Amino acid sequence: MSFDFLPDKPIYQQLIDRITGDLIRGILQPGEKLPSVREYAVEAGVNANTMQRVYKELEGMGITETKRGQGTFVTENAERLGQLREEKKAQLIDDFIRDIEALGFTEEEIAESMRRRER
Amino acid sequence: MIEIKRVTRSFGRRRALDGVTATFGRGKIIGLAGKNGSGKSTLLKIMAGVMGADSGEVLLNGLPITRTLAGSQIAYMADADLYYPYFTTDELLRFQESQYPDFSMEKALEAAEFLNVDRKTKLKNLSKGNRGRAKIVATLGREADAYLLDEPFSGLDPMVREMIVKGLIRFTDPERQTVIMSTHELHDVAPLLDEIAVLKNGRIAAHDQVEDIRMAQPGGLAAYMRTLYEKGSEPFGKPS
Repeated sequence: MSFDFLPDKPIYQQLIDRITGDLIRGILQPGEKLPSVREYAVEAGVNANTMQRVYKELEGMGITETKRGQGTFVTENAERLGQLREEKKAQLIDDFIRDIEALGFTEEEIAESMRRRER
Repeated sequence: MIEIKRVTRSFGRRRALDGVTATFGRGKIIGLAGKNGSGKSTLLKIMAGVMGADSGEVLLNGLPITRTLAGSQIAYMADADLYYPYFTTDELLRFQESQYPDFSMEKALEAAEFLNVDRKTKLKNLSKGNRGRAKIVATLGREADAYLLDEPFSGLDPMVREMIVKGLIRFTDPERQTVIMSTHELHDVAPLLDEIAVLKNGRIAAHDQVEDIRMAQPGGLAAYMRTLYEKGSEPFGKPS
């Protein structure tokens, strides 16, 4: 199956979100080998140039490492992966706050509702 | 790289292409969009060297496209449904091999396997989806500088479209091969494209990077096309 993409967000960004999401969920493990750019492009149904960009950005972010002649691997740097988890959390919270503010809810009101929901 | 310079072409009194100018870079996958009758097929045929232009020129890697050059460096796939109805896919592939020096039977058979093509049945007895796949295999079997595909997805169901998308990614080389395809199924194909060029009234009305459109145009590609056709102007403020 090809992946589904949102129409108004760059595909490379959506792929990065997906891969980092898989890492946080543990579907992708530290040290695990990623498919080749071409293989992954075929699987996702995206242009190989786009996938090349995804791999380059992930490496730039310190999430993956390329070993010469062996391919691309998820980093085993636990500190970086922990940081990634924190970044994702902060991003989710920012998105959420932006949404509730756009609708005019106050933080207190939302916090109260969330506490009630937990029970 | 393909450069199109001020190309015009008329059919009787109707002007199909009215000064088309565009450059398509090496290694890119480009979607050619536009309404029926906007000149997509005509432009592809001229780029493929199978039809002449009234004026203007098309260059492939700096050289004017002639029939001979086109035959050895450009793989063109026409929109016609029945290529050679009495051939089986195997026969079609052998025919391609006899016609094109850049045809690789090994690559074609690998593509046929990948796309699950029935190689023993005559094309006329295959379903439309199977014929569509056989055609693409015969085209991808060539190691051309450019693949020009006229409506490769038209009339095919979503699963076959997806297979063909994957086949195109798998069997073209983004380092050195350019793919230009006309298509109506923009939504299915968008993730495959680097760029989109829109023909309108015989000219290129817009030519943009698909990722830029996703970033700058709320609603994405569909909204981009709509804006282009409804307002007839620049679809969005280009990212600087």
